[in-house]
Amino acid sequence: MNGFRRTGLGLAIALGGLAAAAPFLPQWALFLVVISLAKGLAALGLLLLMRTGLVSFGQGLYFATGAYAAGVAANSLGVGDAALMVLGGGAAAALVAALLGLLLARYRAIFFAMLSLAFSMILYGILVKSPALGSTDGFNVSPKTALGVSLSTGPGRYGIYSLAALGAFACALAVDRYLRSYLGRLAPAVRDNELRVEYMGASVRNVVHLNLIIAGALAGVGGAITALAVGHVDPEMAYWTTSGEFVFVAILSGTSSVAAPFAGALVLEALRSFAYEHAPNSWQLVMGAAMLAVILFLPDGLWSVFRRRRRTAT
Amino acid sequence: MSTILAVLVDGVIYASWLFIIAAGLTIVYGVMRILNMAHGSLYALGAYAAASLAGAWLRAGFAPVGSYAMLVAAAVVVGLVVGPLIERGLLRHLYGRDEVVLVLVTYALFLILEDAVKLVWGVESYFITEPYGLLGTVELGPLSYPVYSGALVVAALVVGVALRFGIYGTRYGKLLIAVIHDREVSAALGINVNRVYLVTFALGTTLAALGGALTAPTVSVVPGMGVEVIVLAFAVVVIGGLGSMPGAALGALIVGLVRSAAVHFFPQVELFSIYLVMALVLAFRPRGLFVAAEARKI
Amino acid sequence: MSAILEAAGLTKTFGAVTAAANISVSIEEDTVVGLIGGNGAGKTTFLNLVTGYLKPTAGTVRFSGRDITGMAPRRITRLGICRSFQIPQVFDSLTTFENLLMGLGIVFMGRSAFVGSHLGDASPEEVAEEMLERFRLEEYRDEPASVLPEGVRKLLDIAMAMAVKPRILLLDEPTSGVSADEKFALMDLVLGAIRADKVTVLFVEHDMDIVRRYTQRILAFYDGKVIADGDSASVLADAEVRRLVVGEGGPEGAPC
Repeated sequence: MNGFRRTGLGLAIALGGLAAAAPFLPQWALFLVVISLAKGLAALGLLLLMRTGLVSFGQGLYFATGAYAAGVAANSLGVGDAALMVLGGGAAAALVAALLGLLLARYRAIFFAMLSLAFSMILYGILVKSPALGSTDGFNVSPKTALGVSLSTGPGRYGIYSLAALGAFACALAVDRYLRSYLGRLAPAVRDNELRVEYMGASVRNVVHLNLIIAGALAGVGGAITALAVGHVDPEMAYWTTSGEFVFVAILSGTSSVAAPFAGALVLEALRSFAYEHAPNSWQLVMGAAMLAVILFLPDGLWSVFRRRRRTAT
Repeated sequence: MSTILAVLVDGVIYASWLFIIAAGLTIVYGVMRILNMAHGSLYALGAYAAASLAGAWLRAGFAPVGSYAMLVAAAVVVGLVVGPLIERGLLRHLYGRDEVVLVLVTYALFLILEDAVKLVWGVESYFITEPYGLLGTVELGPLSYPVYSGALVVAALVVGVALRFGIYGTRYGKLLIAVIHDREVSAALGINVNRVYLVTFALGTTLAALGGALTAPTVSVVPGMGVEVIVLAFAVVVIGGLGSMPGAALGALIVGLVRSAAVHFFPQVELFSIYLVMALVLAFRPRGLFVAAEARKI
Repeated sequence: MSAILEAAGLTKTFGAVTAAANISVSIEEDTVVGLIGGNGAGKTTFLNLVTGYLKPTAGTVRFSGRDITGMAPRRITRLGICRSFQIPQVFDSLTTFENLLMGLGIVFMGRSAFVGSHLGDASPEEVAEEMLERFRLEEYRDEPASVLPEGVRKLLDIAMAMAVKPRILLLDEPTSGVSADEKFALMDLVLGAIRADKVTVLFVEHDMDIVRRYTQRILAFYDGKVIADGDSASVLADAEVRRLVVGEGGPEGAPC
């Protein structure tokens, strides 16, 4: 069985597991899973970028864009269906990524990280000072249906959960397929040797730009799902510490498999809720220590991110 | 016209504060090629240490004028204790790694320090306002400013001059410059690069802590106070050029004036104006306004 | 025969340094040309100017009559000019097979943009396997490029340059870093692999034995200028060339 079929099977089993477990999970657990899947999507975007040799400290920008777009669609455009909101969120984020990518695709390493961070802080600043969008308080989001099924009764109570699970499954599968295609395989080539890529006739800038758009779209979908699950959006979603969290998930999960960010996010969310209860002043310390441990000691495929040779094509 | 004056004075005061913080960040990058995301946490550490030390001093009944020395002393203690601890205990093992890896390491450090502060000092707010109020206010035309702010400006100037003299005028400073240019050649010339790194990081930490210590009397010292500071410091050093001291000064001035103008004229852009300038500078000068000396290895 | 590559007045200055001074040459199709000269003489600069890595300060480059001066390397590659590098440029974290596949995949995706391709009806994977055989890289198929011996990396670099079917192949010191007894084998392999396609080859080389054996024509560089241009035997016998390029250091080239 080839790699893609194996991954597809693994993801399908995970999806099945999520579906089967749903009726037995208490509300807080359902919520936890949904939030993890949403964060996992943003981290999946980072996985793609890291495979291209880039670390973004600005995924929060697209996350917030997706969330606010979903919210605006609900409240101002009369969109009632959660699925449409999620799609709208992803599309809005992709659009922003396409625009910003025109500039961002020219940067690498620290400058890329700083510029992406700057952009997300610009959005944060705009959101905080926009009374129309609720300023620091943000605003509430309440979808009515998911894929046509009303959310308030019967199986509809699992509407957001199902949407998140299906969305994560579809995105993970799509990204995996992409990474195995000739186009997707250009990502590690760009990471390893940009000069060579140009000298074989491909455009490094276009590859980076495309991957920025995909990563942005993924974060946007994650943001929209989060908005629906929490029922609320606020500017914190664009703050740099939110982006930092996604980086954290991506580093700890590693870049070897598209399922890793979701598993990583789930573990981290679970640990975090546990820690909030019992050790509210040390969970960040533990997170930081874990991240250091991974960076210092774990030599897995994750590190190929940093084994790139920085030869930019002139 | 008093508004223009206000914009200028506010801008310079804010720039002074930024410079003290950013100077440490830029010098650490220049010498060690580490963009320290935990710099804001060191700032917070300085604020807490200052609140504790100066607070203890005042509670013990000593002369209030000594509290200023206590603020500075707190920063120095943080710099000389925490700085080497981090450099020897953690960073030393990672030299030679990709710059982005080091950023991630300092991000992890930021997470750790944020909680470390909470574990040591708890989550309530600390106040150490005497040094601030003690100096009173001064009239500048129609405006009234706390003298403390003027002291901050003086402190920034002292820091700037001391650094300039220290780096370009002393023998040790020349070693620093050598390492900035090329660490391999410096090592080959017999310069103890490890010691230079230690000193540099301790210096950077001291400066961050000094920024925090001097800020402590003007705010409530709370957990998370370093979180916003770090991105502001990034904006300053990126605008000015990573590793450049004059760049840090210019960047601080630009950010200070931009923010001040925004606060007075366009409050709705206040928050993002700084990052917009950062993005604009990066867009047109990808390496910042002053590119620090970098050996081009072709 | 028509000139496939023409340089006219090609000049490159970096401030006060003149790396290439008024180089004018005309290369015919289907010849093997050697570029010789000491370090810093301008050979690699010439390659860089032709392949778009550097933009000339003055002068033009024409490929089959078409002006390609200052074009981006990407476009020049698509037109059919390919190069290998002095320090092999490969993808370290990918296997040998994946390295070869990368170029073929790019050609596959951008078929219409590429003037020449080996693909035909075959899939990129099939052609990659065939190239593994042609370049005798089978035993390294699944090794990451980072662990390959230097000579193999060189070969891989050259093989990757040929993923696009080149009309002009530029090789920068193809045998440097390769052990003395393997040099000839490598050149036999590379030239044998492309001879059937009437590819024009220019290669920079310090080893005069290699130059003598494989070239029909030689360009001798010194101080950014071409000091001799003609058939191999005459150029190698030229007094100036002997003095400035071949030197007294023996067959390995001018001691620089």
